Amino acid sequence: MNRSFFKSTPLRGLASAVTLALSLLGASLVTSPSASAAVGAPEKEELKLGFIKLTDMAPLAVAYEKGYFEDEGLYVTLEAQANWKVLFDRVVTGELDGAHMLAPMPLLAATGTTTAAEVITPLTLSYNGAAITVSNAVWAEMKKQVPQADGKPVHPISAAALKPVLESYKKNGKPFNLGMTFPIGTHNYILRYWLAAGGIHPGFYAPAKGDNSGNIKAEAMLSVVPPPQMVPTMDAGTTVGYCVGEPWNQQAVFKGLGVPVMTSENLWPDGADKVFGMTKSFAEKNPNTTVRMVKALIRASAWLDANNNANRPEAVRIIAKPNYVGAEERVIANSMTGTFEFEKGDKRPIPDFNKFFRGYYAYPYASDAVWWLTQMRRWGHIPEQKPDSWYLDAAKKAYRGDIYLAAARELVAEGKIKAADFPDLSKDFSFKPPRKGPLDGIEFDGRKPNAYLNQFAIGLKGNEQP
Amino acid sequence: MNTHAESLPVPRASLIHRGVHWMSRFNRLRLPQWTFSPLSWARALILPVLGMLAFLLFWQIGASQINTSLGQFPGPMETAREARGLYHEFLQEREKAAAFNFRQQERAAARLAEDPQADVQIRPYTGRPTFPDQIGTSLVTVMSGFLLASLIAVPLGVLIGLSSGLYASVNPLIQLLKPVSPLAWLPLVTLVVSAAYVSEDPLFAKSYLVSTITVMMCSLWPSLINTAVGVAGVDKDLVNVSRVLRLGWITHVRKIVLPSAVPMIFTGLRLSLGVAWMVLIAAEMLSQNPGLGKFVWDEFQNGNPQSLGRIMVAVLTIGLIGLVLDRGMLLLQRALSWDKSAITR
Repeated sequence: MNRSFFKSTPLRGLASAVTLALSLLGASLVTSPSASAAVGAPEKEELKLGFIKLTDMAPLAVAYEKGYFEDEGLYVTLEAQANWKVLFDRVVTGELDGAHMLAPMPLLAATGTTTAAEVITPLTLSYNGAAITVSNAVWAEMKKQVPQADGKPVHPISAAALKPVLESYKKNGKPFNLGMTFPIGTHNYILRYWLAAGGIHPGFYAPAKGDNSGNIKAEAMLSVVPPPQMVPTMDAGTTVGYCVGEPWNQQAVFKGLGVPVMTSENLWPDGADKVFGMTKSFAEKNPNTTVRMVKALIRASAWLDANNNANRPEAVRIIAKPNYVGAEERVIANSMTGTFEFEKGDKRPIPDFNKFFRGYYAYPYASDAVWWLTQMRRWGHIPEQKPDSWYLDAAKKAYRGDIYLAAARELVAEGKIKAADFPDLSKDFSFKPPRKGPLDGIEFDGRKPNAYLNQFAIGLKGNEQP
Repeated sequence: MNTHAESLPVPRASLIHRGVHWMSRFNRLRLPQWTFSPLSWARALILPVLGMLAFLLFWQIGASQINTSLGQFPGPMETAREARGLYHEFLQEREKAAAFNFRQQERAAARLAEDPQADVQIRPYTGRPTFPDQIGTSLVTVMSGFLLASLIAVPLGVLIGLSSGLYASVNPLIQLLKPVSPLAWLPLVTLVVSAAYVSEDPLFAKSYLVSTITVMMCSLWPSLINTAVGVAGVDKDLVNVSRVLRLGWITHVRKIVLPSAVPMIFTGLRLSLGVAWMVLIAAEMLSQNPGLGKFVWDEFQNGNPQSLGRIMVAVLTIGLIGLVLDRGMLLLQRALSWDKSAITR
């Protein structure tokens, strides 16, 4: 025993103990907290993401222009695609690492009728956001059937007002064609829902028999038109109306070619309209990259809805650039800043025409997926009856809330978004509470899809075949 | 010492009397006669310029009469304005690229300061391709498609031209495939490329491959047919010379057939290049190759009042580049071909 060891005074011992404690404390403050939750470096840094020219691609544009992708160490190139089919195919072949997709697209593989690769979505890009527009000629006839209040049509307008117009077109031998954007897509199902709620049969699909036209027993013919071509196609007379996202409904009003009659929050309020999708194999091979992309997009969604939509005018300026949406700023500005023009001069406030983060946090709700699956069954894309458990399974496989939660927790840990701005991340909130549709009063409970399907007058139910 | 009459030492005066300019003795490039006389310069320039001015006037008046749903049809003034706008966008994008690279350098420096061993990579700019970038992409794609087509068409054409039996058996197939539009080939080519070109880290973008192959499929035919006809039409006297000298097959092709057929081959190549450029613009619209075709399609989708003007700028650019490519091919043909009379304007 060295006597010098015992010579050290208690004060010196105390000082060294305190120094040690302080340095440990300092070290713990400097290193990242909860290292187990920290997302590792991205496996793939250079990414190409695709989008279609619609205003709800805004979170992608904002995440790029505001540097949120760069903050995550991702070098993203955004590229506009020609139409939804090209976009989906390019994601499946790997040319695009991820894309702005229609909410039902990740559920395509669930139909079992295509050899589509498994596509998943960890984030909802926008809720609501679709509208149905008809040509001036059709509106002139429809208006006579629509109840008025204070000289303005009462909303929501039911398709029952369209039925007499349809009959007169049929009597005169004129075709009644409506445009939508993609068969397994938001606008197709929203349009069909609206038509059926008014007593017009939009037709069935029978993929098992090889009939993908969707016109079996149809009273109105629906066909695919890429979103930016909706207005020119209606102008040319090929279609008399369409269902699409913005700015293509307001553009019809600005050009004096048509009148919007329905917006989706009056039909299926706060439902997922667009999602951010990628192949399942990409997410498995690049988990860190996927979580980082979701983090950047959550921040972009939050920015878009921040301070009661205070950032929306800037968002309009960003997406009006020709490489994003490209339409005129004043056409985009309406729906993005809370107004919507129906007939010329009939402007109504719709503050949540597009919802990005407010109320629903860009989370991919399983109940939203189940709703889309019910509509796919209703019109024949899912060829046979399935038990409720099948719907819930397919929803969970495609809508990956687990990836969202990992990203959200990381954002809270880094302090980029306050924990109070999220719901309680430890609870399972993937099913929204049951809600009645404002148009027809039919209640949708995400856990009981078959019961929901049985409530519709038009549409396949039970074991029916088209 | 060659025996061509032009290069014999002849006094100046007699050359002019023959209507041949004295400077043309030094005419290696075989430029046309009119380039050497100042009077001809005036004629050759003033007439086309007058024609161009008349067309611009007609365009401006005509455009102001047409009103589309996107606004007035763009006249020359509007088009010039949009061209300036595109140039400004190009400059802005260059600034953004510089800022992006600066941020990257800062980040890289910060990471290296923490960990000198860190593997820091500098990535290329992720922003949108500007108009000059898109022109470049289109040019690269058309040249690769054209070269690929020529590499297949010329040897095949020589073989077909030499053998009448082979020509008879292949001709129906050529006539069948020749009229097929690029937009009909495109879905097939897309599916084949997607199935065959599977790689973790591809060297070429699939859209580039699809565009190149589609261009190749469509621009193959003029070269093929013209080469075959040129080879089949070799002067009988020359063929007899080859027989008398008992030339081997390869020497026959190299010394007799090819030089004789070069004018026709080049005519075919010129036509193919023209077709390739036209087909490329259509193919790019659907294959999403980031070139001029995609620019036109994206502008159409934008539905902006400025879109028509920008599309017109693209149309003029496409025409200008097609002209330059054609003239370039013509110059090449003049330099390599022996029979000047076979060259048409």
